[in-house]
Amino acid sequence: MRNYKEKAMQIVFLMAACTSILAVALICVFLFANGIPAMSEIGVLDFFLGKKWRPSNDIYGILPMILGSIYVTAGAIIIGVPIGILTAVYMAKFCPKYIYRFLKPAVDLLAGIPSVVYGFFGLVVIVPFVRDNFGGDGSSILTASILLGIMILPTVISVSESAIRAVPDSYYQGGLALGATHEQSVFFITLPAAISGIMAGVVLAIGRAIGETMAVIMVAGNQARMPAGLLKGIRTLTANIVIEMGYAADLHRGALIATGVVLFVFILIINLSFSLLTRRTNR
Amino acid sequence: MIKIDTRSIHRKLRTYKRSPLSLVLLLLVLSATAITVSTLLFIIAYILIKGIPNITADLFAWEYTSQNVSLTPAIINTLIIVVLALLIAVPLGIFAAVYLVEYAKRRNKLVEMIRLTTETLAGIPSIIYGLFGLLFFVTAMGWGFSILAGAFTLAIMILPVIMRTTEEALKAVPDSYREGSFALGANKLRTVFRIVLPSAMPGILSGIILSIGRIVGETAALLYTAGTVAEIPKNLLSSGRTLSVHMYVLSSEGLYVNQAYATAVVLLVTVMIINWLSNFLAKKITKG
Amino acid sequence: MGKITINNLNLYYGDFHALKDINLDIEANKITALIGPSGCGKSTLLKCLNRMNDLVENCKITGKILLDGEDIYNIDVSLLRKRVGMVFQKPNPFPMSVYDNIAFGPRTHGIRSKIKLDDIVEKSLRAAAIWDELKDRLKKSALELSGGQQQRLCIARALAVQPEVLLMDEPTSALDPISTSKIEDLVMELKKNYTIIIVTHNMQQAARISDKTAFMLNGEVIEYDDTEKLFFMPQDKRTEDYITGRFG
Repeated sequence: MRNYKEKAMQIVFLMAACTSILAVALICVFLFANGIPAMSEIGVLDFFLGKKWRPSNDIYGILPMILGSIYVTAGAIIIGVPIGILTAVYMAKFCPKYIYRFLKPAVDLLAGIPSVVYGFFGLVVIVPFVRDNFGGDGSSILTASILLGIMILPTVISVSESAIRAVPDSYYQGGLALGATHEQSVFFITLPAAISGIMAGVVLAIGRAIGETMAVIMVAGNQARMPAGLLKGIRTLTANIVIEMGYAADLHRGALIATGVVLFVFILIINLSFSLLTRRTNR
Repeated sequence: MIKIDTRSIHRKLRTYKRSPLSLVLLLLVLSATAITVSTLLFIIAYILIKGIPNITADLFAWEYTSQNVSLTPAIINTLIIVVLALLIAVPLGIFAAVYLVEYAKRRNKLVEMIRLTTETLAGIPSIIYGLFGLLFFVTAMGWGFSILAGAFTLAIMILPVIMRTTEEALKAVPDSYREGSFALGANKLRTVFRIVLPSAMPGILSGIILSIGRIVGETAALLYTAGTVAEIPKNLLSSGRTLSVHMYVLSSEGLYVNQAYATAVVLLVTVMIINWLSNFLAKKITKG
Repeated sequence: MGKITINNLNLYYGDFHALKDINLDIEANKITALIGPSGCGKSTLLKCLNRMNDLVENCKITGKILLDGEDIYNIDVSLLRKRVGMVFQKPNPFPMSVYDNIAFGPRTHGIRSKIKLDDIVEKSLRAAAIWDELKDRLKKSALELSGGQQQRLCIARALAVQPEVLLMDEPTSALDPISTSKIEDLVMELKKNYTIIIVTHNMQQAARISDKTAFMLNGEVIEYDDTEKLFFMPQDKRTEDYITGRFG
């Protein structure tokens, strides 16, 4: 009787563990089954390379949105990655314990702020700031990049920090022994040794930035057209889905789901590179 | 009190004279950290200063009207969705972690699959969850825009968070506890439920609290699953907006900026409390 | 015939042959010490006796171990471990109260009555000579006790399921000399009611407390005899070298 219970619970545990497999399978099946037919009806080339998105005329080209996502992500990386890595260096190698006790929760909090709150902050602070100082109407690639740059900071910081901490201290001390200063030793010996871990953090941050939805919608302008300049509005893949899903039907709806498929595949590729990078570090 | 050691400052200054590059690097590191911290402080201060004066009794009226744009229904919806999503995801996540840590043999195709898919789930952006929820729970299951569809969608979203934190907490339980229990004749199941899980509880709780934070902050996955109706739901199949969705609707309509500020304060404070709680519990595990 | 009889026991961890043709007869109500250099297999042998090696992957065991003449692989493992208790090298109290630590074993074996449990807790703590120190702290966490107290608590915990045999795996190696001597006194006291097998790397300890000693080397039992004989008149050159401190 006891043995029977033991076996039964083991099967329950196993089934619970298989939920992840089931969930990923369902997500794939439902996205692809609803997205691929629309893609082929539109025509794969027209869909991916079409420069026009005009649902009212049944023209569905998502190149503007693909470029939009790439532009704002690139902008976010340019702004967020250097600041994030340098902050991580400070936290791992420079800061005294009493400052760390305050910094670590601060970074966690930065990660915990909901994206609508970021979006709202962008809307009421960064949009007017960009409008007044750089021109344009404020909702732009630049604005979205700044906001996303802030939002990816915690990801870059925590992954880089643990990568830097994972480098054996003997490397750093070896540098000191050769007469390098603390800064030189950290930057020219420890940091290069942590590079693949830091790269993993950057890849993860790219995933976050591409997938971010609400904050971008609130500050990017959302015009479905080819990128026209740093101070002009843009629409990302994520925004495309949220903005039009509410009223879309038939092929339009299919095209939006297909947009989701494209985003999903992007993310899968990014996740795969992330796990490849971290696996290499672990070895 | 921070003691200022003048001798060491002098020594430092000499070093920087000899190697100006080091000084530049130091300044870079310091200014990056300053930017990170001041951005955070600025966001918090700005929202609080602009928001707190806008918190009025009207905002917490029981009924939502377009006059008062009350938060109460949204708060209640948020609580219901949090509870439902946790009811689904917590047992699944804990059991899955128990399987991976206590039962699974290390090199095994199935375990590799479970790990790979869990990692994948953790990386999927919330809008994809929203899309899936719309296609599966809302349409295929026929639940319509509903609290139930929203809760199930978010349950899948937080599953990897709970699994990962529970796994780490279980791994941190010393093997000597398990051996001690086995040596007294306890079987595996009793050892897991009476010894291992209770010892891992603070870590598991901190993961659960982290997931509550995710749910409270979530918008994109809920817009097209739980929908945007600003009412207290009659049953689990009625639509209802959570606080974050409410905040999005308010700020995108552009008519209720003051109320949006106030909502932002409520969200921000909730998230701060959640973070503090989770940290507090996480510290408890490291202590012992 | 002894309390425990080990016949032609072989144990493999994967390709590694950890125990080779072990034959031992453990006598009831005596203290048997297993000594030998680290890695000689003495702890592994001890763990065979309550089947703790079952948990180890890739572990293969051949030969027979009899408890009162019955093959231990024919006894339900839970009941076997109730009859053959174990105390570990490092004290491992569970992170719960003193009372719940002691009551865990009895509860596992189906005792629910509060009166019975109270009685068992007191008797076990008295038997482990720690009742007077702990009687006012039963509800306190066991993790707050000192190392020596924790180890005696673990002995009390093992006694609470009324075992016949007590396996002790270097029970004093993590303790200070005063706690060690308390535990040694306790062990000598316990042999009246229990059969005790103790693994130790401390030869003085084996000489002080045990009745029989087995010397092990590279997975083999080299010599097994009355403690006095083994220490004063070792038959094997390797035993002599070891106890005179030439290696180990």
